[in-house]
Order: sequence, then C-alpha cells, then structure tokens
Amino acid sequence: MGKILDIKNLKIEGYSNEKWVEIVHGIDLTLDKGEVLGLIGESGAGKSTIGLASMAYTRQGCRIASGSIVFDGMELFGASKETFRKIRGSRIAYVAQSAAASFNPAHRLIKQYAEAPVQHGLMDFAEAEQKAIDIYRRLLLPDPEKIGYRYPHQVSGGQLQRAMVAMAMSCQPDIIVFDEPTTALDVTTQIEVLAAIKHITEQFDMAAIYITHDLAVVAQLADRIMVLRYGNLVEEGEARTLLDNPKEAYTKDLLSVRTFRKPTDQNDHNQNIILKVQDVSASYTGKEMVLEDINLKIRRGKTVALVGESGSGKSTLARVITGLLPPLQGQIIFEGKELPPDLKSRNREHLRQMQMIYQMPDTAVNPRQKIRKIIGRPLSFYFGMDRKKRENRIIELLEMTELPEKYIERYPGELSGGEKQRICIARALAANPNLIICDEVTSALDQLVAEEILKLLQRLQNELGVSYLFITHDLATVKAISDEIVVMLQGRIVEQGEKQEILTPPHHEYTDLLLSSVPEMNPDWLDNLLAERQAAQSL
Amino acid sequence: MVAKRLALGLLTLIIISLLIFLGVELLPGDVAEAILGQSALPETVAAFRKELKLDLPAHIRYFSWLGDLAKGEFGNSLANGRPIADLIGWRFSNTLFLATVAALIAVPVAIILGILAALYRNSLFDRLISMATLSTISFPEFFVAYILIALLSVQIIIFPSISNINEQMSLFEKIHAIFLPCLTLTLVVVAHMMRQTRAAIINIMASPFIEMARLKGLNRTRIIVLHAFPNALSPVINVVAINLAYLVVGVVVVEVVFVYPGLGQLLVDSVSKRDIPVVQASGLIFATVYIGLNLLADVLSIISNPRLRNPK
Repeated sequence: MGKILDIKNLKIEGYSNEKWVEIVHGIDLTLDKGEVLGLIGESGAGKSTIGLASMAYTRQGCRIASGSIVFDGMELFGASKETFRKIRGSRIAYVAQSAAASFNPAHRLIKQYAEAPVQHGLMDFAEAEQKAIDIYRRLLLPDPEKIGYRYPHQVSGGQLQRAMVAMAMSCQPDIIVFDEPTTALDVTTQIEVLAAIKHITEQFDMAAIYITHDLAVVAQLADRIMVLRYGNLVEEGEARTLLDNPKEAYTKDLLSVRTFRKPTDQNDHNQNIILKVQDVSASYTGKEMVLEDINLKIRRGKTVALVGESGSGKSTLARVITGLLPPLQGQIIFEGKELPPDLKSRNREHLRQMQMIYQMPDTAVNPRQKIRKIIGRPLSFYFGMDRKKRENRIIELLEMTELPEKYIERYPGELSGGEKQRICIARALAANPNLIICDEVTSALDQLVAEEILKLLQRLQNELGVSYLFITHDLATVKAISDEIVVMLQGRIVEQGEKQEILTPPHHEYTDLLLSSVPEMNPDWLDNLLAERQAAQSL
Repeated sequence: MVAKRLALGLLTLIIISLLIFLGVELLPGDVAEAILGQSALPETVAAFRKELKLDLPAHIRYFSWLGDLAKGEFGNSLANGRPIADLIGWRFSNTLFLATVAALIAVPVAIILGILAALYRNSLFDRLISMATLSTISFPEFFVAYILIALLSVQIIIFPSISNINEQMSLFEKIHAIFLPCLTLTLVVVAHMMRQTRAAIINIMASPFIEMARLKGLNRTRIIVLHAFPNALSPVINVVAINLAYLVVGVVVVEVVFVYPGLGQLLVDSVSKRDIPVVQASGLIFATVYIGLNLLADVLSIISNPRLRNPK
C-alpha cells in the first residue's frame, strides 16, 4: 500500500516568554492508505500539535519551524493558504475532543455536516443531506432522518460526538485526525463512539491518526502505535507487538495496571462508623429529585468509592454531605451526632472534621496567593496558630505531601498540575480532618501523575487513619484505592458493598455494564465485547 | 423570561415617571408662580393654583397625571395653552424620522466596518478604521456639526445648514434637508457599534468551533460572517440598542444646531419658557423610547440565542 502521509523531521515551535521555544523535536511520521496510527502520550507530549500539523495547521502561538509534510505527493510545508483550504475538510478531516464546543451552537447539525462538501464543490445541499442521513444511520444514531435537523445542544454528548465523526466523513476524506474523541465521555458512552469509529474507518478503508492518552483505547483501533513524550518519539511499533512487548521503560509504565491496595480485612466490620448518610433525598429545584433514598456508611480509616456516570448524582451527594445543599429528607450523622443540614448552621468544628479536594487543582487554589497563605489559612482559621507555629506546620505538611520546603514561597502558577493537587491535599490535611471527600481528584491529571497522587493518599491514610469518600467515574481508580464501593445510577444507589464482593460476579446489571465497558489492553477486547453484547441481545 | 423583562421595563418606566414628577416638585416655586411672575398677589396665585389643581396633595396629583398619561392626555401647554399632544406629535415624528435615517446609515456601516476590521485584524485598514471612528467620537457633536456645515454648506454648497422640513416636501427633499444632521449623528454613533462588533467577533474567533470551521477548509469571510457573527449577535444587539436610543434622545444638541423642528428643539424651548408640563411630557417620551429600545435589545438577544429559542 502507498503512503498517504509522510512527515519528516517535523519541528514545531511555541511562543512563550517572548521567544520561540521548540516543542516538537523532529518527528518522523508515515501513514499508509487505510492505516490507523495511534499517537499516545501524556499532556505536553505534543500529540495534538503533531495531529494538527498533519493538516498543516497550528494553534495560535505555535508555528511549524521546519520539516516536510507530504500529503499524497504534495508538499504542504510552506504551501499557499489556498492549498491548505482545499485539502482541509475535504481530504483530511478533524474530529475534536469536545463536540459540544466544536459544533457551532447557532446552526443545525446537518447544515454543519453539509458545509464542507458544498463549499468544496463536491455536491449540492440536497445530496449532502441524503448522505448525512445515510452516515447517521451507519453510526447508529437514533432517528437518523431527523436528528440532523436539531441544534447541537439538543442531542446528548455521545450522540454529538458521533455526529462530529459523521461530519468528518462528509467529504469521504483520505485521512481523519481523531483528537481524544472519547476522553470527555463516560465509559458506557465511550464504547458507542469507539464502535462507531472502528466501524466507519474499516468500512470506508480510511486512514486515521488517533490521538489519546489512554493506551487501552488506542489498542482497540490502531494498527500501529507511536508513543510520544515531551515532543520526542519514545517508541513506535505494530500495535500488538508494542502492547505485548514494550521496549522502553516509559511505555511499560503506561502499560502497568494499578493495584496497590491489599484486600480489606474482613474483621473490620465492627470498626466505628464515622459518617452515616441516612435516607437522604435532595433536589435543586424542589421538584425533580437528584438524589433519592441514599444510605451509606464510611468507616474510620477506610475508603469508600462512589462510582457512577456524569449526572448520576455523585457530586450532589458530596454537596449534601458538606452542607452546601441541604437535603429535602434524611440526615447526615457524623461521629454519632446529627449534623445541621445547612452549611451556615454548622460550627467551625463541624467544618474542620470534613475537608474536600477537588477535580481541578488549577481553579481550587487562589493563583494570587503564595503556598504559605493557601495552607496557612486553615491553620489560623481552625487552630488559631501564630506565625511561628504555622510556619513549622506548613513545612511539615509539605513534607507529608512529598513537596520541597522551598515551595512555601511559591505561587500556584509555578507548580505543575500534580504538585498543585498535592497542595490541595496539604490544605485539606491542615485542618486535621477525619474525613476527606475527594471529588474526581485524579481525573484532570495524567495517568502516571494520577498514580503518584493515589499512592500518596493511600500512604496518608495508613499513617493518619483518615477516611476518604472517593468520588470517581474511573473504575481503574476504584480498583486501586477503595475498600468499599457504592454504585450510583440516576440519583439512586444500585449496589454497594465490600470491594471484592462488588468486583466479583454476579454483578448488578448496571455495575456489569460499567465494569465491562472499561477498555482493556487486549486489542480484541472491543470486538469481543460488541459480539457478546449483540449475542446477549438476540437471545 | 421575556415576560419578566417586559414587567421590569414597565416598572422602570413607572419609577422614571415618579422621578420626573418629583424633580419638578423639588424646583423652587411652582407653575402658578412661574406663569404669574414674581409681582403677582398671593391671592391671585392661590386662586390660580386652585384652578390648576395644584393645591391638592402631591401623591394625588402624581396619580391623576399618570392616569391622564395612560389615557394619552398630556394636558395643555402653559406657554400658549395648546394641547401638548398637538405640540409634541409632529415634532416627535420629525425626531424619529431623523433618528431612523441616521440609524439606517449608521448601523449597517458600523457592523460592516466591524466585520471588516475583524477580518483584516491588525492590518493597516483595521488601524485606520479604529483611528477614524475614535476621532469622530472624541469631538462633541456640535463641533462635528459646525465642521460639516463649514465644509459642506459654506465651502462647497451642497447641503443646507438649516434643516427645515415640512409636509409638502418629497422624501428625497427631506433627506437632502436633513443630510448634515444625519451625517453628524452617524459619525458620533458608528465608533461604539463598530468597535463592539469587532471585539465580539474576535472574542468568538478563539472558540473551538471556529478552529473546526477552519479545519473544514472554509474561507475566512464565510467563517466570520456565518460562524462567528451569529454567535456575536448578543453583545452587538445591546450596543446597537443603546446607540439607537442615543440617536433619539441625544439629538437635542444636533437639532438645535441645525434648527430642526424636532422634539429636542421643543424641549430646549420649553425649558427656557418654564413650560413644565411640556418638559415633563417630553422627558417621559424620551424615557419610554430609551427603555423600549433596551427592552427590545434584551428580547432580541434572548431570541438570537439558539439554546433559548429551541429548547430541548
């Protein structure tokens, strides 16, 4: 098969601190016709930048410094804007991470679908409309005849992502660049989109560049994988070979599965219960229930993982427990005593015992305060410590969270994402809490960084005996850290119990769906799963 | 949502009517004294007050004034005794005519210039437009007006410096007569609208859906006009409404300079004659136009949002 794309010695520069800095250091990339290439790496690896560069496009503040990008015999580096315009959309198409942001909110889906083929002069609107309906049908979108006439905000996230795949298909391009197309989706929705992408690339024999940070996802689709780090190539190889037999240490790290939690002692049952949520129902509007009949217990020094998809009410439950949203019914019992439902009527001691760590460390700390002030604030607020004592305690907390002492003088902006999350952990610990609510604390972090954070949380629990309520949609995290698991669906608890118990079959139907939807490294996983589900349906 | 805005608009209008009424109440002396003059006998003044019903308590007079207004009765002018409705009616339509013609020129020009400036961002053209519109907005209207008169009516005699219009004139003659005040108003209001359009579009240009449009290989004009502009409508509508309201309300100075028979001219005359009922009525009409246009802008920007227009 012939090469459709041949990139040689590609160097890309980014503009920062008033000078151009090289961020992609001479990458070679080739793509055969009909081949799916996986680009994998953590944030900052340059994978999106390279993906966009294959369309000779760079984001604001970036530029292609040198190299050659040959698409179907045409040199794109240094070509005219008119050449780019003719190729983009018609011969190379792009699928972005967030369909919600990448569809124009002002136009109907089908109009946006038809725009590229009509503007490139390939067909008229009526023909494009017919094709759109055909592709919507192939992508198994519900009501394919009508769904195109909706506005982007009128369809669900997974459907919108598939509509964007359809839009990329509209000119039957030679290459589609998929840029993390399933990262923002729940596991069960991710399956639909992955299946759609696999189906469509095979059916039309299209070449694709699939960009992701999740090896298990890329394993399902790619023929060949390139592992990138800091703008350099780490390793490249046939998908199966690379997954079975990674050569570089970094690839091995990415492949390693997280398990560092020993199974819980079954004798722990009598350990005292620190938090009890009793018959709680809650609502934002007073009409629609967001939570119904929630009962759960958290034991001292243990971790309860709260699992569910977006919209299942996990974060709302955290808001009820902390008093941000007083429940309509039910009680929150902490250390045997009922807490006032409303945050305002809780006293300082109530507040101190429960702390939160959030998903986005960037927005959870004030960027204009030094670390000293961020961690020092709870120390003076809860314990009235003077300057000297505070200083010692802050240094102690930094040590506990494995951060150097000198960070006390720094601003959050000078820290990496993982370090900022450690600051948030230190701030929560500063209050000496008995319970920490961790709301998706690792979701915004790269895989390896997230693992370090989980290890840290585990160590702190062993040392301090603090309990965690761990809210997450990531089942790998759950397996790694939890003692008990609570599964939520549409505001109700569908299953709860010890980790072993929940993770061993037979499962509740929904738990089974969640567990089976987590991609595995095995490249045949998706095909097998889809076949299984189809078989189950036809029974 | 729309109903709420309408109710709020009505409430604002009532508060303004109260303020206008109170403002006049706070003036030293009253209408009776103003008409009869300082040398009048106290008995005469008292009798006249009774005739004008000025001896009644303030809140009763306020509500009867408001009630009359609601029925469309503005009362009579103190200066010449004619019904205020007759005085205001044709002048107000003249003011609206001037404002409408100015708006029909200014709004499309401002939006097109704004789009062009966003399209050729940071180019010489963009800078020239910014500089030109900023300069015209920096001068007071009367100054711009006199410069235009000096150039287009004295140096080269193309347009009249006195914009007198009457019923007998054809539309073309009328437009020819009001060309200079129109141009003055246009020069004054274009800058705001143009800069807001440019800023709103440039802001939208950073959105992921614009990147997507670029990666679909669309040309730049199409991206700006079809993808960016519809999403920038809301801020643009708001600034357009404020400027339209300014056109109607802010013409006072321009009307006086060009001796144009509009409501602004009447307002200035009535203030100098202490014809308080006319001042009150004109003030309320201006307030209604201002609130009405802002209300319209609110409603239009709600409608321009597809999420609100097409619920799930």
